[in-house]
Amino acid sequence: MSATPILKSSGPILRIEGLEKSYTPGKPVLRGINLEIGAQGITAIIGPSGTGKSTLLRCINRLVEPTAGAILMGEEDLAKLRGAALRQARRRIGMVFQEYNLVERLTVMENVLTGRLGYVPLWRAWLRKYPQDDIDRAFALLDAVGLPEQATRRADALSGGQRQRVGIARALMQSPALLLADEPTSSLDPKTAVEVMELMARLTGEAGVPVIVNIHNVDLAKRFAIRIIGMTGGAVVFDGPPEALESHHLREIYGGEDWL
Amino acid sequence: MTRNPFPANWPLRIGGLIGLTYIIYASAQLGITGERLLHGFGEAQRFLARMFPPNFERWGLLVEGMLESLQIAVLSTAIGIVLSLPLGLMAARNLSPVWLAAPTRGFIAVCRSLHYVIVAIIFVKALGFGALAGVAALTVASIGFIAKLFAEAIEEISMKQVEAVRASGASPAGVLIYGVVPQVASRFIGFCIYLLDSNLRNSTLVGIVGAGGIGGTLFAAFKRFDYDFVCAILIAIIALIFLAEVISGRIRAALR
Repeated sequence: MSATPILKSSGPILRIEGLEKSYTPGKPVLRGINLEIGAQGITAIIGPSGTGKSTLLRCINRLVEPTAGAILMGEEDLAKLRGAALRQARRRIGMVFQEYNLVERLTVMENVLTGRLGYVPLWRAWLRKYPQDDIDRAFALLDAVGLPEQATRRADALSGGQRQRVGIARALMQSPALLLADEPTSSLDPKTAVEVMELMARLTGEAGVPVIVNIHNVDLAKRFAIRIIGMTGGAVVFDGPPEALESHHLREIYGGEDWL
Repeated sequence: MTRNPFPANWPLRIGGLIGLTYIIYASAQLGITGERLLHGFGEAQRFLARMFPPNFERWGLLVEGMLESLQIAVLSTAIGIVLSLPLGLMAARNLSPVWLAAPTRGFIAVCRSLHYVIVAIIFVKALGFGALAGVAALTVASIGFIAKLFAEAIEEISMKQVEAVRASGASPAGVLIYGVVPQVASRFIGFCIYLLDSNLRNSTLVGIVGAGGIGGTLFAAFKRFDYDFVCAILIAIIALIFLAEVISGRIRAALR
């Protein structure tokens, strides 16, 4: 079960330059973000709710349209892609969602194979005639996320933790060059949250897929990330290794200090 | 100062009063009086007496008409569904751009606005007497009925699930098959069964205006005062509708 990253170089997988986003003109949510994301390891983005973390992630795979700026993946500016080229780029970017976003009335296996929709012809997807390689890999991923017996159950029959495991399997099924995780643990209890983060860190580590994760829980961020980016008010205010994150940084990121 | 826990709802009181006044006024206008009602009931008694016992002697005519009605219902339902699937999608404001959704909604509204009997009369004039006009009329009615339900069902789906499928790099058709259809399929099947039910009922009527089916036979029997045959036809229609209700109820229960 090995993904095949297209970019083997040690250079950055992603370069974000001057990224801006305003949902309503004059009220920017992202104010000129400049970031380089390395080709290895987990990068955690922390910051208060409504500060644009989710918007930043969604600009990368264009679920949200950036207002200005460039998002370079290799030579390609993701911000400028349209149509088939955009879909080709999207299939190399896996995404894990806060509320799992599984298609509830499909089975676990169908949800995992959704990760191949960017690769297989439509008739194959429609008739569920996936190539045997894909099916083998889907079963291997379900084993890897600890759901070997659940392939034929409907997604809405699973618990929250199980659903997020399927979400991770679906994202990895895309053979992604990059994984985006938007608050993947926020809907889970603390123990399950740690288990899911551990699973995601292990599987992406084995596959060599870099991860950008939005996360509320600073402790989890410090524990799993090799780099932490602190955002507030739509701008980056901290960028460094977890050891460098101190309480005065957290005060700057979240404001106030009574909660510390 | 004493506080009133249940303040009077004046708009409701005034509205109720206006409604009551209009009902009394309308009854007076239409000459609906107790005397007229009594007279009417007397006539009804004579009419009912002539209906019994029902006369099934001309069962060949009856079966022929019923089968034609059934065919009109099934055909118009099938064509209506096939046409309504794309229309419903085009009219759903969460998936279609507004320049497409707005005119499609307008078209569906036009299909809804005219009663199917009026549409049937128009098609009888345009296409001539017979089942073809009935099928066309009920197809139009089906579109007005079910395309709107399809659109509303699509508008109620979870966009999170759609977003996840889109994020995987799926094409628009792939998003449709994996993100949208699973969320609406069972409701769509329920709507289709409901439509068939409703078209069965409606197909027994379009014959009255010459658009084929048992309605024509029924109307002819009325005109010839063959009330015992009328009764036989009514019993057959009731039996058919009742049977359809039972079957569709079973299917709907199984879908849940």
